[in-house]
Amino acid sequence: MFRVALKMLVGDSARFFGIVMGVTLACFVIAQQGSIFIGIMGRTTALINDTTYPDIWVMDPKVQYIDDTKPLQDTQLYRVRGVEGVAWAGRLYKGMIRARMENGTFQNCNLIGIEDSTLVGGPPAMVEGTVGELRRADAVIVDEAGATTRLARRTGNPEDAPIPLAVGDTLELNDRRAVVVGISKGTRTFQSQPMIYTTYSRAVSFAPKERKSLSFVLVGVKPGLDAQEVCKRIAEQTGLAAYTRAQFRWVTVEYYLKYTGIPINFGLAVGLGFLIGTVITGFMFYSFTLDNLRFLGTLKAMGTGDVKLLWMILMQALVVGLLGFGIGVGLASLVGWLNRGSALAFLLPWQLVVVAGAAVVVICMLSAMLSMRRVILLEPAVVFKG
Amino acid sequence: MTTTALPTSAPLDVPINREGIAVVCRGVTKTYGTGQAAVRALRGVDLLIHSGELMMLVGPSGCGKTSLISVIAGVLDRDDGECTVFGEDFAKMKPHQRTAFRGRTIGFVFQAFNLIPTLTIAENVAVPLLINGWSMHKAVQEARGILDQVGIGDRYRDIPARLSGGQQQRVAIARALVHKPRLIVCDEPTSALDHETGERVMDLLKTAAVGKDRSLVVVTHDNRIFQFADRIAKMDDGRVMGIVSDVKEL
Ligand SMILES: Nc1ncnc2c1ncn2[C@@H]1O[C@H](COP(=O)(O)OP(=O)(O)O)[C@@H](O)[C@H]1O
Ligand SMILES: [Mg+2]
Repeated sequence: MFRVALKMLVGDSARFFGIVMGVTLACFVIAQQGSIFIGIMGRTTALINDTTYPDIWVMDPKVQYIDDTKPLQDTQLYRVRGVEGVAWAGRLYKGMIRARMENGTFQNCNLIGIEDSTLVGGPPAMVEGTVGELRRADAVIVDEAGATTRLARRTGNPEDAPIPLAVGDTLELNDRRAVVVGISKGTRTFQSQPMIYTTYSRAVSFAPKERKSLSFVLVGVKPGLDAQEVCKRIAEQTGLAAYTRAQFRWVTVEYYLKYTGIPINFGLAVGLGFLIGTVITGFMFYSFTLDNLRFLGTLKAMGTGDVKLLWMILMQALVVGLLGFGIGVGLASLVGWLNRGSALAFLLPWQLVVVAGAAVVVICMLSAMLSMRRVILLEPAVVFKG
Repeated sequence: MTTTALPTSAPLDVPINREGIAVVCRGVTKTYGTGQAAVRALRGVDLLIHSGELMMLVGPSGCGKTSLISVIAGVLDRDDGECTVFGEDFAKMKPHQRTAFRGRTIGFVFQAFNLIPTLTIAENVAVPLLINGWSMHKAVQEARGILDQVGIGDRYRDIPARLSGGQQQRVAIARALVHKPRLIVCDEPTSALDHETGERVMDLLKTAAVGKDRSLVVVTHDNRIFQFADRIAKMDDGRVMGIVSDVKEL
């Protein structure tokens, strides 16, 4: 009888297509928008992931997310170093700086200054050069995305492709000369501004003069110790906030979730996709059942039990659900894949696939339940009505 | 006029010999709706159908013919009276038993054919077997055999819409026969067909469907097919008014 149910469903090809499209739409919107949302959320914490490789980030307690720096006194470094369990501690400068381009225009860049002696806190990977070359005079490292786009040199002719910034080129940072000694590769950040890495002291000298310039203290924990335990000690002894990497990532993401319109925006898109998908699917599935009521009644009269009929409807819903789910998630992945390497933030983790799947189950159940009600109430005697 | 066996006035407590009897109805009533809107469709029907006969139910529109075969076929609950099919009473069965009994015992032929449009002819005919738990493959094999019998074996892979009305009713008859039910109920089987086609369909029903152990109940108001009946029950106003064995007596 399941074959019969399947043929009843698939045979009505226009309706079948419509129902599957409804599920597909919902699934696609959820997976696609969700992926972009997660991708963007990932970018907000990009620098935390990319900074090599402290166990603990120490900062002013009022800091709400990675880009929200509140400078500390330089002496805080020594206080942190004094805490038991701290293997090493290094300074990190994080600020914005204006880079002057050759044609005289300015470009805002992220400036990261890493501890001079240890060079801890640098980029996660290098495309050209090494982090060690930051020890040379005026040396800076520029990230690949920035070097090839915003910091690329434009010739006077707008039709020419911009020439990427390369090792050996010079930049003017806040009226000071800087020499590119390496190109790094990192995760794109939320604001998508170029990343410029240099040593801590050089960063401070590039940056506009301020009373305090220490953004973060990066800490390595002694082997065998629990990072959270050390965090607690640092906080107690210095009055600063200390987070493990994972904690700091959460603090940052939480800020974006709470204080920006991003989640609402995506939530609305996802909700709308779900709603429209449900309405289309539910409506079309129901009208499919209504159109087939005469035949369902015939099956009922000829000896098909209610339970069997309900299973048949459930199976029909399952089939459209599976198809729509497959096509929807597939399409979303395809769109993500086609945009790989572009500015689009896109991350489709399995959890999101599960969420889309759950949404499909809900959609199909709602649709099937509407139809099932009709089938239960169906009197087999209707088959004799002209 | 030879009004037969069961006197309409027979008291309900008189036992009758059920040998060779397919259906017994005594004092069957059915009312649709309640209060002002109540329609008394059956007002005490007495009817006896023998095994191996083609019984026609005739009468004006609205006299309760469809209601009566619905009760006999176990798709409609009667309010009162007695009604047994091969000695079994639908009213005494649990819902799932009733459904299963219908699936085994009763074949249906409808005025509008009710073939599932997206199934092939053979699959449509196979449905009663599928309901009785056959595999699709075996059921379709069996269905093709029956389709040969009703003369459209070559169309088994077509969908119903490709067939004429008469051919579709042949398919429906094949479907009603395929699981060898002991009782076949037909509601106005010819009223969607032209006269000549209707006669051929009735001919088929009479030759292919009626057998020693099988009875047919055919509801109709088409007097041109009365000739195919073994006996005719005349209904009016929710009652069987009389039973005749010869068309000329109507
Ligand atoms: N489901 C129903 N609800 C209310 N009234 C009905 C229903 N079915 C039939 N009736 C009424 O019951 C009477 C008998 O109907 P029916 O058995 O269909 O007669 P026939 O088949 O002889 O035309 C008619 O008056 C009809 O209007
Ligand atoms: Mg009728």
